Amino acid sequence: MTTVEYQVSPRKPWRLGRKQLAVNGLVFFGSIAATPLLLDATPLAGKLGAAFIFVVIATLANVIVSVIRQGPRMVSNAISSSLIYLATALVLLPLGSILFTVIQKGAGAIRWNTFTQDMRLSQPDAPFTEGGALHAIVGTALIVLIATIISVPLGTLTALYLTEIKGRFEGLVRFLVQAMSGVPSIVAGLFIYSVLIVTLGAKYSAFVGALALTILMLPTVARTAEEVLKLIPRELREAGTALGATQWRTVAMVVVPAARSGILTAVILGVARVAGETAPLLLTILGNTATNVNPFNGPSAALPLYTFTLMRTGLDVAITRAWGGAFILLTLVLVLFISARLLSGKKR
Amino acid sequence: MPATPVTEYTGVIPEKREITTVPRFSDKVFRFVVTSGGFTALIILSLIAIFLLLEGLPVFRDQGIKFVTGFDWNAGDPENGVAATFGIGAMLIGTLVVSFIGLVIALPIAVGTALFLTYYAPLWVKRPLTIMVDLMAAIPSVIYGLWGFFILMPHAIYWAKLLHKYLDFLPFFKMQAPVYERSPFIAGIVVGIMIVPIIAAISREVFSQVPLDRVQAAYALGASKWTMIRSVVLPFGASGIAGGAMLGLGRAMGETIAIYLVLNIYFIPNFQVLFSSGGNVASLIVSRFGEAGEYELRALMAAGLVLFVVTLMVNFLSDRIVKRTSRTGGQ
Repeated sequence: MTTVEYQVSPRKPWRLGRKQLAVNGLVFFGSIAATPLLLDATPLAGKLGAAFIFVVIATLANVIVSVIRQGPRMVSNAISSSLIYLATALVLLPLGSILFTVIQKGAGAIRWNTFTQDMRLSQPDAPFTEGGALHAIVGTALIVLIATIISVPLGTLTALYLTEIKGRFEGLVRFLVQAMSGVPSIVAGLFIYSVLIVTLGAKYSAFVGALALTILMLPTVARTAEEVLKLIPRELREAGTALGATQWRTVAMVVVPAARSGILTAVILGVARVAGETAPLLLTILGNTATNVNPFNGPSAALPLYTFTLMRTGLDVAITRAWGGAFILLTLVLVLFISARLLSGKKR
Repeated sequence: MPATPVTEYTGVIPEKREITTVPRFSDKVFRFVVTSGGFTALIILSLIAIFLLLEGLPVFRDQGIKFVTGFDWNAGDPENGVAATFGIGAMLIGTLVVSFIGLVIALPIAVGTALFLTYYAPLWVKRPLTIMVDLMAAIPSVIYGLWGFFILMPHAIYWAKLLHKYLDFLPFFKMQAPVYERSPFIAGIVVGIMIVPIIAAISREVFSQVPLDRVQAAYALGASKWTMIRSVVLPFGASGIAGGAMLGLGRAMGETIAIYLVLNIYFIPNFQVLFSSGGNVASLIVSRFGEAGEYELRALMAAGLVLFVVTLMVNFLSDRIVKRTSRTGGQ
């Protein structure tokens, strides 16, 4: 009797071979190369015409290659895959353009004094070497800090209700949190304005603005925290109860500490959600050109509002300052967003 | 071996612990605090409705149904006996026009991107791309407005001129005067870009729930990737996509600052989307707030209430539709 030994190596038949990759590359770069030639031959012109011709040639070439490779059934497959690539490119195009322009136009307005001076003594169109965004940065920091202090406990409690208590109203509460995250930001501002400023007679201040942002921040914190608490294994809770701990002790000493980094992610995402809000602040903090460190007294400035107001002046220098404000704001949001990603990525 | 006798225990023996299912005092407090915390959302939402209604009630009473159907926004001249007339009809129509344009632009792009991320992209493309699409949702709306006004508008005007030149026979591409700046078309593009990440995120979530056996069955029957998507993924995900689209619509309707910066607000209903005139309830509030008197302020509160109720309804519908997918698996 003879034994036959088979040499089995894992194969990935769906993976494109070197030759196929080369052909795909040829289709893509060939279409790019052919675009200017055809652009001259047709009455189309400009970037839009070039993009259109490129898409048509690339799709056609893709169809031809697929038909040669796999037969005429693949025509619809080739066309649809081209369209899906196109859709992805259309998403990345505005994102790239926004990031590029904000950096390109905004970086020029950033000087050292942007972070050390405010606009109290400077006209909006004063040269960049004087005046700055200190008042806006301080305002945003105060407003976001107060909003965080109020909304994080409330949001965490809501999440705990959904995951730990699971009461009779679980479905209702979950829906309401979802509905609250859809409340237009201007409505949140209008509501706080009508309660605090019209009814209770409060004055415009950073605290009033922070209350408006709390309404927008709470659902983000609650939903993210709920997702995280759901991931904590049930065994941990059961172990706590089995050791004789009350539910309160189990949640406070086991569940919440285990979800610590996730709750921090929820807080960061909430801050990123509200840091750039303009509309509610317009109705609640009014704006200011001087630095106001007292959140309970007097109008305050904020970065998004600073950007908005300077842009509305219509003066060239002021608009560049507005791009500078947008640059600081975007950097802030990017840093928050990436740190949230890193935090939540580490766990998985 | 005989067992060693147990020495008598002389200390105090604690009483047998009582085993009970009645929660301890600390747990009662805990449950009470968490439950009341859980109702924050309910309390805030009802307070919003109550306060805006109270503030807006006189306006609703004076203007009646005209407040929703009327096209006039006129503070009047109370000293000379000219009554104020407030109607947000044009703004409601404008809101619908802008968010509909946004949806028409965003839906195919978002679904295409979600398909790309789920079925086409290799892993090393998928991860960074997902982060980038999510990042789009985090960009503040004032930056979208700034970008839309200074960067997008010149391009969009060119596209609008092309649309007008070649598709003039469609009634909504006609123009009463050649003014292309700050049109609903441009505002619609900006809003469309803003809601792409929302629709894409929901679609991606639904596509990832498509049962693998059905996908593999389609491939085993000889389906190409597109045939598989058309016959398995899209039918399964249809109501999820619809729910995501509704969610995006709700977001588009409530968008304020970006639209205020790129749209020319005008109190005439305008269906010629390329023409520089439009409106949006949210940006109406921003544009009139600064100079509004006491009565007009109440009218703005009433407009805010209408916006609040409309977005709440759209969100409710979207929630229902998405839930239906996850319950029945798209059947």
